[in-house]
Amino acid sequence: MAEIIDMPKLSDTMSVGTVVKWNIKEGQTVAFGDILAEIETDKATMELSCTVPGTILKIYAAAGSQLPVGEPICAIGKKGEAAPEPQKAAAPKAAVPAIPEATGIPCIPEAPASANTPIATQSDGSRTKASPYARRMAEKAALNVAALSGTGPGGRVVGRDVTAAANAPTAAPVGPVNVAVTPPADGKGIQPDADSPVSGMRATIARRLIESKNTVPHFYLEVEVDAAPLLALRETLNKRLAEAGGEAGLKLSVNDFILKASAEALRRVPAVNASWAGTSIRQHSAVHLAFGVALEDGLVTPVIRDAHSKSLRDIAVDAKGLIAKARSKKLSPAEMSGSTFTVTNLGMYGVTGFYGIINTPNAAILSVGATIKKAVVDANDRIVIGQRMAIGLSGDHRVVDGANGAQFLQALKQVLEEPTLILI
Amino acid sequence: MAVISYREALRAAMREELKRDENVVIMGEEVAQFNGAYKVTEGLLKEFGPKRIVDTPISEAGFIGLGIGASMLGIRPVMELMFWSFSYVAFDQVVNNAGNIRYMSGGLINCPIVIRGPANGGTNVGATHSHTPEAILASHPGIKVVCPATPYDAKGLMKAAIRDNDPVYVMENTILYNDKAEVPDEDYIVPIGVADIKREGTDLTIVAHGRAVITSLKAAEILEKEHGVSVEVVDLRSIRPLDEETILASVRKTHRALLVEENKPFCGVDAQIAYLIQSRAFDELDAPIGRVSSIDAPQIYSKKLEDLQLPYPARVVAAALKVLA
Repeated sequence: MAEIIDMPKLSDTMSVGTVVKWNIKEGQTVAFGDILAEIETDKATMELSCTVPGTILKIYAAAGSQLPVGEPICAIGKKGEAAPEPQKAAAPKAAVPAIPEATGIPCIPEAPASANTPIATQSDGSRTKASPYARRMAEKAALNVAALSGTGPGGRVVGRDVTAAANAPTAAPVGPVNVAVTPPADGKGIQPDADSPVSGMRATIARRLIESKNTVPHFYLEVEVDAAPLLALRETLNKRLAEAGGEAGLKLSVNDFILKASAEALRRVPAVNASWAGTSIRQHSAVHLAFGVALEDGLVTPVIRDAHSKSLRDIAVDAKGLIAKARSKKLSPAEMSGSTFTVTNLGMYGVTGFYGIINTPNAAILSVGATIKKAVVDANDRIVIGQRMAIGLSGDHRVVDGANGAQFLQALKQVLEEPTLILI
Repeated sequence: MAVISYREALRAAMREELKRDENVVIMGEEVAQFNGAYKVTEGLLKEFGPKRIVDTPISEAGFIGLGIGASMLGIRPVMELMFWSFSYVAFDQVVNNAGNIRYMSGGLINCPIVIRGPANGGTNVGATHSHTPEAILASHPGIKVVCPATPYDAKGLMKAAIRDNDPVYVMENTILYNDKAEVPDEDYIVPIGVADIKREGTDLTIVAHGRAVITSLKAAEILEKEHGVSVEVVDLRSIRPLDEETILASVRKTHRALLVEENKPFCGVDAQIAYLIQSRAFDELDAPIGRVSSIDAPQIYSKKLEDLQLPYPARVVAAALKVLA
């Protein structure tokens, strides 16, 4: 009896998956535990292992195809057995009610126009809470309720939210936006015009950041740090590490120092290591540090667990491992969740200063700029050449106020300017 | 137009119908010589004599059966129950015989009986005298049930009930008997099965019947003054037939509904209305339907507790704000 393997749900928030690559071919024999395919979820690329030993009868989803969780991707059975016809996706997933065919009774759906209504689900698969009236209004106004923030009980989207969104100048229309752009006059552009589908990762970035910017009252603080002692210490340590050679080529990056210093600063000002929880503010006992890793088609934020109790070397080793996994898209969802604070760094691109969007439910995000040589006035009122690094903090004003945000930056500045402290 | 009480409005309706149609008779305990337990029939014996205004023994099953039999032969009896609670001893007559005879006779026999009397709690008369059986009775096809909240509706509905060819049960309220309002002197009826918008509003629909309408109107005042909320109050007036369209039109306007009744909640009138709204106006709802009814316990004898058991304006306001959240 052949068995159909469906697109698996590989993370809590996964609703669609992409078959990145098949490791097997039709007709091939597979054993329990064999890696059948690589599946890209909204968060990571994961391996699909075989749970049904047998022969691959049919591959329904070609490499590169994206399909909802629960859709058949291949069939496994006895050699020579006919591949079963895949059942189309379970009916309840569709917005259109199943209409019995050939019953002899004309069956007219009351509102055929609603057949194309986008299903109001969040991109993480959870259902958007919206009142029936709000859904109907949104449909009329061509708004996607899932993109609205609800002010009703439990975050329910209610009529007034749709009215507000419909009246807002930035109301996002459903479906593709038709932007009329004149083609280049000389016929030769820098790139051909093209619409590329939004990847799972990009959809997650879009949803998470819109949610953050729309719901979290951001405020911004900046501090300039004397980076000279840090750079000097880094140089010394890296030189010694290279000489010792025992650390498998371990080289400390500026970011490693900033991660370690952030963990130390959070220990000193724990109020920043907290989360808004609706009716309460949750103080976290551990520091789980997320940091941004840029990828070709987006970014991910892997998490260094228990950074508060890790040495600079442990943090550097963890970060290195996570970056490697991120670049090969092998991070597991667990390695990308549960952070309490996030550090982003664009210093390597020469960006002098910026402010990140808070990675909810964190209360703040640190934005590290490049270290720039510039003229500074020293303690003796002389103008000297300084190595200056601008560090920005975006804070969730529901959790953190200007004063404790500033205290945190003060602590961070102190640690970074006397970096030997973090070796203790 | 004279300002008269709810009690006087009921009496005026009966008096006018007694005059208009010689087949109309009044029967019940103490309706004649004692002028009615609640003085609703005061003076009618003197005016119409003992053949039209008839005192009965304390035997509800007996005299309701008498009225039903008489109605089948063309008399239009208006039967008073001292309390609607006492209909329970005449349940077989009230429900089985009155409600089914037209159907079971293939439409050959009508039963134009009116049964009327107070059906309310809140007067410290105990659990066995405080029933509000409108939902129980209205669940039987063949029976019409009305619950006037104002003197105008009391008179108009009573006259419509007497002229109706089916059994119509009029649920009055002793607390409302002294409420006064302008009532036309000329002949008019309030059609059975037509609800009334007692107050227009845009933010919330309150559906109520009987005294709960008065409570809801008070709550609507508070909601307007203290919370800036515009409340529409729909008075059902008739429980069966139910004016579904007026309820639905109001919900389609306000998108939020709160149902208020003095019944106990279990299988109350509002359970039916909540079903109706979600079934026919689901896409209009911006919030779950709210409900305020009597607290689900036998009618409490302690007056202070009984006052809290019934819906009162502050409770309605609190429930309204929840629906408006």
